[in-house]
Amino acid sequence: MLEVRNISFGYTSERLVLDSVGFTAQPGEVVAVLGNNGAGKSTLIKCMDRILTPRSGEVISEGQELLSLGRRELARVCAYVPQTPPGGTLTVFDSVLLGRRPHITWDASPHDREVAMEALGRMGLDGLALRRVDELSGGERQKAALARALAQEPRLMLLDEPTSALDPHNQHETMRVVRELAREKNICAVCILHDLNLAVRYCDRFLFLRGARVFACGGREVMTSENIEEVYGMHVHIVDYMGIPLVVPFPEIQL
Amino acid sequence: MKEFRHPGLDRLRKKKLLCLALTLALLVAFALVSAGTGSIRLSPGELLSALFGGGEAAARTVLFEIRLPRTLAAILVGAALGMSGAVMQCVLANPLASASTLGVSQGAAFGAAVGIIVFGGGAVGSGGDYAVQIDNPYIVTLCAFVFGSASTAVIVAISRLRRDLGPGALVLAGVALSSLFTGGSTLLQYFADDTKLGAVVFWTFGDLGGTNWGELALLAAVTAASFAYFMLRRWDYNALGAGSDTASSLGVNVRAVTLAGMAVCTAASALAVSFVGIISFIGLVAPHAMRRFVGDDYRWLLPCSAAGGALLLLLADLVSRVLIAPVILPVGAITSFLGAPVFLYLLLKGGAARA
Repeated sequence: MLEVRNISFGYTSERLVLDSVGFTAQPGEVVAVLGNNGAGKSTLIKCMDRILTPRSGEVISEGQELLSLGRRELARVCAYVPQTPPGGTLTVFDSVLLGRRPHITWDASPHDREVAMEALGRMGLDGLALRRVDELSGGERQKAALARALAQEPRLMLLDEPTSALDPHNQHETMRVVRELAREKNICAVCILHDLNLAVRYCDRFLFLRGARVFACGGREVMTSENIEEVYGMHVHIVDYMGIPLVVPFPEIQL
Repeated sequence: MKEFRHPGLDRLRKKKLLCLALTLALLVAFALVSAGTGSIRLSPGELLSALFGGGEAAARTVLFEIRLPRTLAAILVGAALGMSGAVMQCVLANPLASASTLGVSQGAAFGAAVGIIVFGGGAVGSGGDYAVQIDNPYIVTLCAFVFGSASTAVIVAISRLRRDLGPGALVLAGVALSSLFTGGSTLLQYFADDTKLGAVVFWTFGDLGGTNWGELALLAAVTAASFAYFMLRRWDYNALGAGSDTASSLGVNVRAVTLAGMAVCTAASALAVSFVGIISFIGLVAPHAMRRFVGDDYRWLLPCSAAGGALLLLLADLVSRVLIAPVILPVGAITSFLGAPVFLYLLLKGGAARA
């Protein structure tokens, strides 16, 4: 069970970017973090991994408070994938092997290499293992960064727009892998998503952020056209097409 | 445990190992050439027998008093500058970072000027091999080390006061401090008399011939300790290459690794520079040249940059001695002459040298 309580954060003392944000999720669930640009989504997941230090708050994952852990201990249980992973001249394999760093004391063991290779395989990157990261396309880099997070063998995954650079096929493929992994390992994955259709299709819980606060949080029942209209300021219809929920926007309609 | 094998990965590993082994082999070969070259030529046979305490007394004297200290100084200083350059480029995420671009060299030159002009480490006429001799080398070395470390100390202090400063700002601070030190040196030189001015200028040329065995031992200890520290942190440096947020999420304390890395780099390179004078470009060229072969993989880049830096400085020293022998040209000028074209070539060829 994942429980996030009262996270507050501000870059300056005057303005809070996050104001007492909290939510819960069950093991095996994928949580979508939704909200307009600047709502504090990226800040929230950075605070959850202490990349940014929140002013207050707790993140309790499987009974363990994460924010009071040491960096290395935290990295063993929590993985983070940034929005736009940078290049660099490491090979894809070595860059995925970095996911083992929290588990490595002096050098990578054969087991570490094996885990890294499996993670590559899972993201369908076997053939690119020896390529340099800066020779990859944006989408391939994103998948390599996700493979690194898998190699970490975390109990909580934090993904900042994991599908932003991917083509439609790969978007679905990646979200499917994320959901499959959450179910299989019984861990939580928290993803920032801008594509509401991907969110409604692959996520179990939905966290709407607006103006530094939680606007709504819950299961499929909070994914209503009213909530979406409130958060994004855009008229939408949610329709059912062959059993698949679809969010259809009508931006031309004035609210 | 089952052995993990992957033919492609094994091949890549072998390639990196070959690169390191080749650099080290060239280093040993040129160290022997360097020890044998000079006004008294020593054949490889004479060299080896003198090395193990045999042969003529004169050959032993030349080897242990002049050639070996000079060769070892080139190797140690080159190694210290090469690996410091690699680490500075990593922690500051800037391909232009190195001891000579962040103010370490300029600070050391200012320190040497202070030592010679203000504290009267002064110069006495001409004598021996050199046009100018420095009267009290210890005060000059000490001042050079103190001021060589000063600019980075200020940078580290600034980044502790303002925690939100990024690596770009730290590089700019280094550039600002270097020009401050350069201005200081100019002012000191303006008011110095001719002999002292001569001594300061001579110091900034860089001279590998002036180190004694005690200084070499200190240099070797600090260089070895820094290398051990850097190797301990090699995974952290690789992680930093994936961006500081990712490094953080992989369990790296980014601020601590950055500041400690800068501190160790500065200590090693300031010490090297304070013993032998300004040696530019080694810290910039050696890591970038090696990146072409091993990439940003610090597990290999650190030993390769150390070996490459040592090899480059050894070659530069050899060139400075044989070009118009018996005159020994300033080695600092030679490294710049060798370094700049090599660097431009690397930039034009692109490839692994990211800039």
